[in-house]
Amino acid sequence: MTTLDSSKEIQKNNSEVKETHEDFRMFGLITFLIADGMTFAGFFAAYLTYKAVNPLPDGAIYELELPIPTLNTILLLVSSATFHKAGKALLKDKNSDSQKWLFFTAFLGIIFLICQLFEYFHLPFGLTDNLFASTFYALTGFHGLHVTLGTLMILIIAWQSRINGGRLTSQNMFPLEAVELYWHFVDGIWVILFIILYLL
Amino acid sequence: MLNKNFYLILIISLVFAISFWIGFNVNLLPAEASINAPIYDELFKILFIIGLIIFIGMTIAVVYSLFKFRKRNDQIGDGIALEGNLSLEIVWTIIPSIIVLLIGLYSYNIYDRMGGMKELNHNHEMMSSNTEKIWAGISQTSDNEIAINNLSIEVSAMQFAFLFNYPKGNFISGELHVPVDQKVSMKMESKDVIHAFWVPEFRIKQDIIPGQPTILNFTPTKVGKYPIICAELCGPYHGGMRASIIVEEESDYNEWFNKNKKPEVNL
Amino acid sequence: MTISLDPQKTNNESLQPKGWLRYFSFSLDHKVIGIQYLVCGFLFYLIGGTLASAIRIELASPMSDFMPRDVYNQVLTLHGTIMIFLWIVPVVNGAFGNYLIPFYVGARDMAFPRLNAVAFWLIPPSGLMLVASYFVEGAAQAGWTAYPPLSITTPQSGQIIWILSVLLLGGSSIFGGINFIATIIKLRRPGLKLMQLPMYCWAMLGTSLLVVLSTPVLAGTLILLSFDIIAHTGFFNPVLGGNVVVYQHLFWFYSHPAVYIMVLPAFGLVSEILPVHARKPLFGYTTMVFSIMGIVVLGLVVWAHHMFTSGTPPWMRLFFTIATAFIAVPTGIKFFNWVATLWGGKISINSAMLFSCGFIINFVFGGITGVALAQVPFDIHVHDTYFVVAHFHYIVYGGTVFIIFSSIYHWFPKVTGKMLNEKLGILHFIITFIGFNLCFAPQHWLGLNGMPRRVAEYDPQFQFVNQISSLGALLMAISTIPFLINVFLSVRNGKNAGDNPWNALTPEWLTSSPPPVENWEGEAPLVEEPYGYGKEISEQK
Ligand code: HEA
Ligand code: HEA
Ligand code: CUA
Ligand SMILES: [Cu+2]
Repeated sequence: MTTLDSSKEIQKNNSEVKETHEDFRMFGLITFLIADGMTFAGFFAAYLTYKAVNPLPDGAIYELELPIPTLNTILLLVSSATFHKAGKALLKDKNSDSQKWLFFTAFLGIIFLICQLFEYFHLPFGLTDNLFASTFYALTGFHGLHVTLGTLMILIIAWQSRINGGRLTSQNMFPLEAVELYWHFVDGIWVILFIILYLL
Repeated sequence: MLNKNFYLILIISLVFAISFWIGFNVNLLPAEASINAPIYDELFKILFIIGLIIFIGMTIAVVYSLFKFRKRNDQIGDGIALEGNLSLEIVWTIIPSIIVLLIGLYSYNIYDRMGGMKELNHNHEMMSSNTEKIWAGISQTSDNEIAINNLSIEVSAMQFAFLFNYPKGNFISGELHVPVDQKVSMKMESKDVIHAFWVPEFRIKQDIIPGQPTILNFTPTKVGKYPIICAELCGPYHGGMRASIIVEEESDYNEWFNKNKKPEVNL
Repeated sequence: MTISLDPQKTNNESLQPKGWLRYFSFSLDHKVIGIQYLVCGFLFYLIGGTLASAIRIELASPMSDFMPRDVYNQVLTLHGTIMIFLWIVPVVNGAFGNYLIPFYVGARDMAFPRLNAVAFWLIPPSGLMLVASYFVEGAAQAGWTAYPPLSITTPQSGQIIWILSVLLLGGSSIFGGINFIATIIKLRRPGLKLMQLPMYCWAMLGTSLLVVLSTPVLAGTLILLSFDIIAHTGFFNPVLGGNVVVYQHLFWFYSHPAVYIMVLPAFGLVSEILPVHARKPLFGYTTMVFSIMGIVVLGLVVWAHHMFTSGTPPWMRLFFTIATAFIAVPTGIKFFNWVATLWGGKISINSAMLFSCGFIINFVFGGITGVALAQVPFDIHVHDTYFVVAHFHYIVYGGTVFIIFSSIYHWFPKVTGKMLNEKLGILHFIITFIGFNLCFAPQHWLGLNGMPRRVAEYDPQFQFVNQISSLGALLMAISTIPFLINVFLSVRNGKNAGDNPWNALTPEWLTSSPPPVENWEGEAPLVEEPYGYGKEISEQK
């Protein structure tokens, strides 16, 4: 018969193991991004279905202008690279360099948002004009929200990586790495969005 | 040992016998009044019997274990340390797989006989008349047949009523009259929210979705009056959204039709 | 990167309120959070049950005479929503998950304690908001499925509050899911292998995967729906060129997996309870694990079986028929394994055991009607009728709720250190079992014979059967009385339980009852054989 005593024995035998574990915050963030990505996947699926089965009424098909979104794509891709630079710099303890790169990344994000707003104001259709218009604004708007959030977070970590009294150091990279991963994720989503919304 | 097997076989045959008996003698379904209905009931019977066998078998196994293997007052200690048995586990993976596969094939066959796989349905958006898309419910007729069929009726569903338009007679009725043993083809449209057209005695149901005109065909086989029930929540009076379908002899139908028929309006 | 757990962390705990007050605080202790989930969920169960009673009173007569028709629709919408999002999901996931998972992986807390507390504290406000919407301008009345265009045309405020609160509850459940995945995969005690985890961990891992993959889609869908309501966009509004079937696809992409979110944890819990009371190892551990993962994968690709009458093309119907029916295979493996676990054991017939066996019987019944529903030609007749209502109550009530009760009887001694009264427990079981079957078995017949669901008035020929069903509901309501009495009496002066009244081997029993703040006084035990019943001690290493 197995009783508690025998189990207690097991307990004792193994008590030398040291209590350590990996850092799993990154793991949690990745799981969250998968979830977030599913929201976008739902939107994309809806958009593609609409495109396939719900033809727009006559005269409702709008050609989208490509220059601004192409510029935006480039902006985001470049910003991903600059963010990477910021991380590299921080790793080498060059905090002020890192901070500069971060501010530059945030700046690119802000330009992106301004461009998008500019595009919104110059589009020939409004939110409720037709199905295409609504999905267009829902998709880009939801993505824009992500960019806004990301930009704010970049500004926060840029502030935190200041040399004296900043909490972000090469010893404590996690906030930077987390925001960086998030930023790359938002970029990736934009690329998919750009392809299926503007190019398809 | 032989004894044990004997009881096992006895119990299994009993379970089968009981299930078959119940399956063939207990009728849980309403009257059969369309050519879909007997086909449906055939499927129902099979599913019912298989279900009963599994359910009764599992129940007996659980109740028997509770009784047989209950801990007596004088017993101490644990049961046998049996952690699994690969061949058993394979058996009860494969048997359900086969059952499920057979049920699937069989219900495919049933579905086909009901007309679910007919031409009209294959093409999700068939019959484009003036670029209008038409969806299809279960149907026992092909595209061309609809065209020659003069029993086409337009159904509009709205909160909270069905209206039946007989284009050939140029009138609208609140009751659906159809002659017995003839194929009826309905084009259903919704004016507001989703409704559903359900006649339990016919074993047919189809959602009427706004923006998706839908064809539904059936052939009644029994004279009588049956309820048409809206089966999709459509608002407060959803429960009251009912109509009747009256299946009558052809002569009675013609009489009713001619009484209601309105002359063509000449412009 | 490696962080060692700082033993000083314990001191933070003293900042937390002590005594019963801690259950009303933003506590970070997973055990406190677990209890918070359980009690909060149970209160919502009483509300949802009261609404169910109102439904059954209304349906005792064929006329719509107990409440106005639109109120009936509000009541059934709230009933469905509360039972699913505020009772079943938070309790089988949140309550038991939080209480047990850290023990099972040998940790002192969940991976993200703060996120955990946030996830819980999202629930009471959104639940209260949902209930309160009834008193403002009337609650949502489009059913728990909220199909447009109905949900767009009914009064706005109720529907918007409904959306908001479901979004918050969905968020809570995503946070919970992330936490469980991280805890199970990353926080395992060194030396503990994946295949040594108690089965409930696997069930929660599978469930959390479903939560993380499907809940966000529901969130996105509801956001679009709220745009349709507030901003008059036309995503799901055919008048504006939208498509209502897209909503249904997106909704069921979440809500079908949601049914496994409601039942997989229950599968895990039975797998813990049966071996303990049958004194036998869990039969077929490995196949159990694979069947859970099989259900997860299949569960993601069967959603359109809720839409067989919505004009889906035939190939789609056939695909979804086959995929759905195949879920019977991994599920069946689990059931046969449980029966094999009972077989040849030394079974103590107590309340926990009885509720678990009741679960097996009821669920098999509900599962079989489910496989029937999966067949397109069969479903066409019974879709949206009481047959479906009967199917899912057999599973959610006869299955999951039975397991919740079973688990309460099983883990009550752990949580409180007191035993529950067995006589009252068995009385509770008997009334519940009879009442439940009396209530829902006749509904199969109703559905087959022509009673649609979600109606306040019906054909008088169905009156007698409906009254039997209502009588069953009355018995179910009565059955909560012995349970509540039992809990209150036992908490105050129940028999002392000792640390391990069942002589169980899973790790949560290898500490004191109730457990100390950080779960173990010393090192967490390494339990390599959580189901090693009947083995020689030497074999156990
Ligand atoms: C916890 C909840 C839960 C669970 C686990 C299930 C499990 C299943 N459900 Fe159910 N279902 C619901 C909750 C649930 N359901 C709800 C809430 C609705 C209605 C939603 C609404 O419209 O409001 C619904 C509706 C619903 C429908 C749509 C009906 C309609 O609206 O027309 C269908 C159709 O396919 C279906 C099928 C199934 C199947 C095949 C299973 C399978 O997983 C069951 C598998 C289990 C077994 C089969 C038993 C054990 C197996 C054996 C003993 C092996 C041997 C068996 C065989 C070989 C058959 N369910
Ligand atoms: C998920 C879990 C769940 C649970 C546990 C239940 C439990 C019950 N359900 Fe529910 N039900 C649903 C989920 C659930 N239901 C869903 C999703 C729907 C579909 C909604 C829709 O169509 O949109 C539905 C719909 C539904 C209908 C169909 C309504 C309709 O279509 O018109 C009916 C009718 O009989 C019903 C009855 C019951 C009954 C009698 C119980 C009983 O088991 C309840 C027993 C509990 C009690 C009776 C509580 C006891 C307490 C008291 C009586 C109060 C005491 C008060 C204090 C102490 C303050 N339910
Ligand atoms: Cu129309 Cu319900
Ligand atoms: Cu489902």
